[in-house]
Amino acid sequence: MHLNFGKTLLTSLAMATLLGTATLVLPAQAANLRMAWAQDATGLDPHTQTAFSSLRLLELIYEPLVRLDAQYNVVPAVATSWEFSSDGLTLTFKLDPKAKFSTGDAVTSADVKASFERLLDEATAAAARANFLSIKTIDTPDPQTVVFNLSQPDAPILVAMSGTNASIVPASAIADGSVATKAVGSGPFMLDEWDPNVKEVLSANPNWAGGKPGVDGITISVLPSESSIIDSMRANQIDFALFNDPTIATLIPGEPNMTLNRIPGLAYNVLQLNPSRPPMDNVKVRQAISCAVNRQEIIDTALVGEGKVTGPLTMAAFASDPASLFCYKQDVEKAKALMAEAGLADGFSVNVIAATGEPPYAANEAQVLQSQLAVIGVKLTIQTMDLKVYVDTWLKGDFDMAVAQNGGRPDPYPMYNRYFTKDGNLIKVSNYADPELDKLLQEGRVETDIAKRKPIFQEFEQRLAEAAPWIWISSTVTYTANLATVKGYEINPSGLLFSLSKVTVGE
Amino acid sequence: MNYLLQRLLTFPLVLLGVSLLVFFAIRLVPGDAIIAMLGTEAGLLTDAQRASLAAYFGLDQPVVVQYGRWLAGLFQGNLGISTTYGKPVLEVIIARFPLTIELALLSMVIALAVGVPAGVFAATRNNRPSDLVVRLFAMLGQSTPSFVFGLVLIYLLSVNFHVLPAMGSFTPLFVDPLGNLAQMILPSITLGFAFAAAVTRISRSAMLDVLSDDYVRTARSKGASQRDVVWKHALPNALIPVVTLSGVEFGYLLGGAVIVEQIYALPGLGRLTLDAISQRDYALVQGAVLFIAFNFLVVNLLVDLAYAALDPRIRLGGR
Repeated sequence: MHLNFGKTLLTSLAMATLLGTATLVLPAQAANLRMAWAQDATGLDPHTQTAFSSLRLLELIYEPLVRLDAQYNVVPAVATSWEFSSDGLTLTFKLDPKAKFSTGDAVTSADVKASFERLLDEATAAAARANFLSIKTIDTPDPQTVVFNLSQPDAPILVAMSGTNASIVPASAIADGSVATKAVGSGPFMLDEWDPNVKEVLSANPNWAGGKPGVDGITISVLPSESSIIDSMRANQIDFALFNDPTIATLIPGEPNMTLNRIPGLAYNVLQLNPSRPPMDNVKVRQAISCAVNRQEIIDTALVGEGKVTGPLTMAAFASDPASLFCYKQDVEKAKALMAEAGLADGFSVNVIAATGEPPYAANEAQVLQSQLAVIGVKLTIQTMDLKVYVDTWLKGDFDMAVAQNGGRPDPYPMYNRYFTKDGNLIKVSNYADPELDKLLQEGRVETDIAKRKPIFQEFEQRLAEAAPWIWISSTVTYTANLATVKGYEINPSGLLFSLSKVTVGE
Repeated sequence: MNYLLQRLLTFPLVLLGVSLLVFFAIRLVPGDAIIAMLGTEAGLLTDAQRASLAAYFGLDQPVVVQYGRWLAGLFQGNLGISTTYGKPVLEVIIARFPLTIELALLSMVIALAVGVPAGVFAATRNNRPSDLVVRLFAMLGQSTPSFVFGLVLIYLLSVNFHVLPAMGSFTPLFVDPLGNLAQMILPSITLGFAFAAAVTRISRSAMLDVLSDDYVRTARSKGASQRDVVWKHALPNALIPVVTLSGVEFGYLLGGAVIVEQIYALPGLGRLTLDAISQRDYALVQGAVLFIAFNFLVVNLLVDLAYAALDPRIRLGGR
């Protein structure tokens, strides 16, 4: 009997090992790109989705009128050319006659008109609606020409039209209400299957105006964590992946056969103060906090050196040199003096909220801030909470301070209009408005000459950094990684995955 | 038969309690489906936009009305529509269930195939070195969390051998049995390992008890061989606590092995429920929890019925 037991055990172990190894090594399919991410898309309607993964998925399927290239220049997509009238009140697009939806139907001016009317309809709850409010009417003189009549000159509108949130969808899909369920676009790929939180299966769109994509299809697997994605790449199970966590992404350069691609993002890490709550209602206290913070140290420790010190503006075209901003070099003496002037030489205690895992380093950031601010007597109590609970709290403005990562825009107006103007939708979150900031944003919005816009927004940035309602810390980095067998991937900060249309997978 | 009927009659009551609990508990958690979908951008919605999304997600009615509607639907076999999937909840759950059953069965088979012989072996070698070795392994198995064991397995395989079962694109059993087994073997071992340890410990102590019983001594004195005494006379009685344990465990496993499914990216019931909670897909959370509770009730009933089959002295529902 003893012998029997030993035999049974050995046999079952051997069986398990055999089964394990014999069938695990599966052959790679050459013409299919195997991709992975840890956060799945949350929906298919390009006009309402705002989640990072949703936008990445939808930019493979849909096309906007124009795109931004790696230098943030506006380049053709569905439209081949565009022109503002001299008074800035009409914007005319010529559409690509080759542009077709995956159904084979041509993309016409009627589709563009229907798409923008859907975007503007409040019932759609479109994410980018606020950016298009200057559109008065849309004319379609012929199937290849669209004319937007604007109520006022609006320079940022062209850049806003480059977003996936301004994708052109078929007028027929809008009419039958299938936009959110069918995903019919004019982009390089078509969605064959979506099993939420498990996988997406895409195949090349034979009708794409850009020609034949380099791969026949893309399978996107939703894996539980970014470290499990690295494991799968090591095992040659995944060719290409997206990463958000710098502590994981920075492991990749040490892996043979893997390449890490870095893309500076427009999103920024920030410590939001709540100026409606004392003592943060005192500008001296806010400035003291700004002076006490060592931004580079936060990057070096909490963010493992990834990202750069930034002011409010993260886009290279408008940003000032951070060194020129108020107290961007740590100055503890000045901070203490400011605290004393505010009558708080002994400091005070406040709570700071941080979401667990979003961004992945939020808690680390909060801890570094805690130790830096302790020097001037500001005692932070860190409250970490589940992301949805955090967002709920954040939207109500129910916090003393918040460690946040906020999304950016290529243009300063849509990026900050929502927070720091008296009518902004997120004024409840910032609790800070200033007529001068309002005025500067408006001036920058209607000015169409880029050279004149830059000084306006730099003045805005200087003023915002000095008032210090928030303490801007660092810009973000988004990562992609691929196996050596993946060729032709180009980084583009706005269409992160769009260039997968050119990628090939070989031995 | 009377007993069976009584048990079945308690089902609706238990399920009603579960439904009340889950319905209101999930709504007590801050953040709704709109926030789950839009994140911080939800703050950009105008009132009219928010109202139209709330109507879409069914959040525009008072909670009590929502519950009443859901309950009424339940009686018509309608668990509602999942907002994440845009499909009926029951359809989504049923699609994930086969994997959950397969994982539960495979890990049970591993646990019992290893645990019962090991426990019996240890009991017959009471306090000898080989018994201590088995007990040590059992202790280790029970005290190692499945996420540690699972991650260590993955790490060893990926770093040292560059092999891993294909994660994320699950192969159903009937499409490609071999490919499916390759994907399921590691998760099953991970789950089965801890459970095998529990089975080993409980069958060892049950066996020790039974081996000192009078009837076993009688059997021995009548000249039965050691093999007959252990396997024919003692084992059936020693198995009763193992059945109890397995039943409870199986009931849990049918609710999905959240951690193991998460580690190995398996689309089972556990991961489904977890994702549904994090996306505030209320209908799906309610449906899944109710489904899990129902399974648990059925398994428990089956375990009780199995007692009677194993031991004729047990009369269910008797006076």
